[in-house]
Amino acid sequence: MAELLNMLVASVIPLLFILVYAIVILWTEIKVASHVQDRLGYMYTGGFHGWAQPIADLLKLLSKEHITPANSDKILFILAPVIVFAASYAAYAALPFTSTFIAANLNVGVFYIIAITSFVVIGILMAGWSSNNKYSLLGAMRSVAQIVSYEIPTALSILTVVIVVGTLNLQEVCEAQKGGLFNWNIFKYPPFMFIAFLIYFVASLAEVNRTPFDIPEAESELVAGYHTEYTGMKFAMFYLAEYANMFLVSGIAAILFFGGWNSPFGEFMSGPAWGVFWFVSKGLFFVFLQIMLRWTLPRLRVDQLMYVSWKVLTPISFVNIMIVGLWAILK
Amino acid sequence: MKEYFKNIFVALWTILVGLRLTFKHLFVRAVTIQYPDVKLKLPERARNRLYVNIDDCIGCRQCEMACPVDCITIETVKALPNEDLGVTSTGNKKRLWVTKFDIDISKCCYCGLCVYPCPTECIYMTDVYEFSEYNRHNLIYHFSNFTPEEAELKKKQVEQFEIEQKMKKAVKPAEQVTVSNPGNPEEKS
Ligand code: SF4
Ligand code: SF4
Repeated sequence: MAELLNMLVASVIPLLFILVYAIVILWTEIKVASHVQDRLGYMYTGGFHGWAQPIADLLKLLSKEHITPANSDKILFILAPVIVFAASYAAYAALPFTSTFIAANLNVGVFYIIAITSFVVIGILMAGWSSNNKYSLLGAMRSVAQIVSYEIPTALSILTVVIVVGTLNLQEVCEAQKGGLFNWNIFKYPPFMFIAFLIYFVASLAEVNRTPFDIPEAESELVAGYHTEYTGMKFAMFYLAEYANMFLVSGIAAILFFGGWNSPFGEFMSGPAWGVFWFVSKGLFFVFLQIMLRWTLPRLRVDQLMYVSWKVLTPISFVNIMIVGLWAILK
Repeated sequence: MKEYFKNIFVALWTILVGLRLTFKHLFVRAVTIQYPDVKLKLPERARNRLYVNIDDCIGCRQCEMACPVDCITIETVKALPNEDLGVTSTGNKKRLWVTKFDIDISKCCYCGLCVYPCPTECIYMTDVYEFSEYNRHNLIYHFSNFTPEEAELKKKQVEQFEIEQKMKKAVKPAEQVTVSNPGNPEEKS
């Protein structure tokens, strides 16, 4: 019984976190977008800078009609958003929020996350196929091509970290970076860990379909890509999954390269509560960076996208992992 | 090979340059305003909704003729010899009752051509620009003091007068006649 309760609490906490974070980041994204373009953005709802607008948006989406296109594949159509969201939510299980809280302390945490996030591809392809809409299908196909090709540099750069710390358990990865700023993985084996981080960051942008790699949902070409036909809560699920994924990849970047829940000042300001603070703020920083990049860079063309993945990121990460591996052996 | 690494370097560098620019703009004051709450001051000669100060209108129809889209409709009735319509604020003598002065603002192209020829400067642009309506017919503005019935009455009176005049001419020289002036503002009140 107690175990069941534990499981429930452990699974509800990440969900609550995702929901609250999604609302905050929705607001942030709109505000950042408008201020980058010298506009004001939301100003009315709720008083201060329209802080209640995302809540209103969410309520609106909840109360909308569920439309299923007549010629769609009904079962797949309904299943797709659930799978997409479930895949990114499941990955949160292995994220160590602090030294004492991790929903599932797997000793193959890294491997689990790489595996479970690839599951999103199936959901996206399902959504695109079942909508029976050419734009959706095109978007889904692009998305799958993109995610599959960027999976390789992502995995390789994550493996570089695994070589350095010698464990697949994310909690232990954090543990290994204890003791201040200069014990973080990003500063080890200079500059090869930094290169690994850059590769990971670029590839993860592509994995979560963010600009400049947002060709799967390129509004100007494909209406909205794979979720064109979705309405109401099903659409909101895709949205939620996108934002959850953004934090997921940022959180992993923070854990693998920036010490996870470790304080940058060694013992100062560390402890379980501070751990949550450091982890979440590091994650949010990268989410913010992703948002800023969205309003800075134009979208890549499909061939450029493939060029970046196969001719730049993949070979460099191969060379990188070799060098780091050799260095680690010789040390 | 050199080209390849140079490209990568340039790509990373330009991303940083772009990020710096967008980051700077995060803290630039917004150029947009909260429109219904805050309004920008209009330039002095902005052209918006027309207004006709009908008391000064002498019914010369200059504006009607100038309008390129024919959205001004004017009807006038001659004043009878015994009626004194007074003078306008610019000192022109009024000789005509303006029984109808309609501007269909939905057709108006805000060219302002009607404003310049007016001898008494009584048709001019105001700074009102929010006048949307649910019904298109509400966009026809009536500036005349006459209701359609009063205008009809006035016309009849004039016809009557002319007929009487003719008859009197045939019989004997004209004498004083009195008619009531339904369109006269003083008499109305
Ligand atoms: S502004 Fe131009 S279009 Fe409008 S009423 Fe005057 S002359 Fe006609
Ligand atoms: S030009 Fe002026 S005075 Fe003449 S009819 Fe028009 S508004 Fe009246």
